[in-house]
Amino acid sequence: MLTTAIFWITATVLVGSALGVITSRNPVFAALFLVLSFVTSAVLWLLIEAEFLALVLVLVYVGAVMVLFLFVVMMLDVNMTVLREGFARYAPWATIFAGVIVFELVSVIWATGSGLPVANLLAGQAPGHSNTEEIGLELFTKHVVEFELAAFILLLAIVAAIMLTLRQRPGLRRQNVAAQVATRRADRVRLVRVEPERE
Amino acid sequence: MLEWLDNLLSFLPDPLRALVIIVVQIAPLLITLILCVAFLTYLERKIIGYMQVRIGPNRVGPRGWFQPFADTIKLILKEVIIPSRANRFLFLTAPLLSIVPALATWAVIPLFPGFAIAEIDAGLLYVLALTSLGVYGVILAGWASNSKYAFLGAMRSAAQIVAYEIAMGFALVGVLMAGGSLNLGTIVERQMGGFLNWFWLPLFPLFIVYFIAGVAETNRAPFDVAEGESEIVAGFHVEYSGVAFAIFFLAEYANIILIAALTAVMFFGGWESFFAGSWFAFLDGTPLEFVRWPSLAWLAVKIAFFLFWFLWLRATFPRYRYDQIMRLGWKVLIPVTIVWIMVEGVMVVAQVGPWSGAT
Repeated sequence: MLTTAIFWITATVLVGSALGVITSRNPVFAALFLVLSFVTSAVLWLLIEAEFLALVLVLVYVGAVMVLFLFVVMMLDVNMTVLREGFARYAPWATIFAGVIVFELVSVIWATGSGLPVANLLAGQAPGHSNTEEIGLELFTKHVVEFELAAFILLLAIVAAIMLTLRQRPGLRRQNVAAQVATRRADRVRLVRVEPERE
Repeated sequence: MLEWLDNLLSFLPDPLRALVIIVVQIAPLLITLILCVAFLTYLERKIIGYMQVRIGPNRVGPRGWFQPFADTIKLILKEVIIPSRANRFLFLTAPLLSIVPALATWAVIPLFPGFAIAEIDAGLLYVLALTSLGVYGVILAGWASNSKYAFLGAMRSAAQIVAYEIAMGFALVGVLMAGGSLNLGTIVERQMGGFLNWFWLPLFPLFIVYFIAGVAETNRAPFDVAEGESEIVAGFHVEYSGVAFAIFFLAEYANIILIAALTAVMFFGGWESFFAGSWFAFLDGTPLEFVRWPSLAWLAVKIAFFLFWFLWLRATFPRYRYDQIMRLGWKVLIPVTIVWIMVEGVMVVAQVGPWSGAT
């Protein structure tokens, strides 16, 4: 009963904050609503005993990705009229994509209700069951190729991102940190013995 | 261990009884923590005072012991000023966002053998996830204050924390590999048998990286660029006063105690005794036998030890420059952790080293 209550409360908050993401005028608030919806979906995942995924969602998306989002969004000077310019032009396409997504979600929910194996997967496990261990075993045995592929694509993205920001401007003065660290006292300071003046 | 309370409250309905028992466990921990925070501020001023050949606070109460209470009363009585055109809601929420994760993480810390308030399986992940939330308080405080200095502090803090969290996470991957579990209680049990079996020895580089990243995560000197009182007055909390400022202060010190506790749990054997090894077997049967027993006292001693490190660092080092912080985080700490994780992986496979049985 308690679980059901928690589910309904978090699910309501999740839907509300998801609506907030697309309706709030201030982009900082939109980002914060997104944070709230990540946290509430983590709670929902905890309810179906997916604690590893739930905590990783909070760690990666809330703790790192959204911090960077906020970082960028806070520095933007957003002009809402410019943003709304293309609304009429893109609206039909947006409707089509939204319709496809809604159809997919509804069909998944139907499949869950109609006794397909999806429904059984969400059943509770024994108390000693470790979600993390199971995900690790699955990823590194059954799905090792896909896992490595995903890792490779991510690595590629990192390299690409670094290459995009790496530009050599002429006349740039850089600090040579190694030389700074290697500096010894003798290079900078010279102690001179000065004889005191006598009268 | 709370069966007697469970029996005593048997007239209550089940969910309510569970709630009472949880609160009974949380309350003493919370009160102890807040008292520790209060006296940590006193300790900090006293220790740094002695290091700089001063006396430190000595006016309120015997030897200045009541200084923290005087400070608290002063802060509570002051007015909370909300800057004009600041975002009122976020301005007042930000301090809460920084204190809540600092306190909530204590739920999974194993306090004495076989006890943590929430004995959850993925404790290490929970710790990482919650410590990563603390930055929101700083960022939102900086943005909501509608002040350039506060905003600069928030920007610095956001970049710094994201950078150091990666190093911190990698260091914890090493702990997870050595401990063979994400449960903090199990990790402590893996370190049984005296100080040579604690993880600080086989994971020495990771221990150093973790502690440095911990200092950076708590925005303490020499990584306190978010505050940087000599450059950007007081950084993210420049506009805060009264109780709102006090909560930021509380959060900072609660975070310090938390990092000290986590270092003790993950690298220094948590509640294990320093004298547990066979070298000290001669103590058995003597009146001093009790020092070999694992207990909460040992955890407290270790936390106090690391707290002293925090204060010592602050009194010793000048503040890092911002680009040097980034260089240290990305180009030094992260490569060190990656190399050591690889070394550890090879040693686990080859069954070399104290963690060989952990798989």
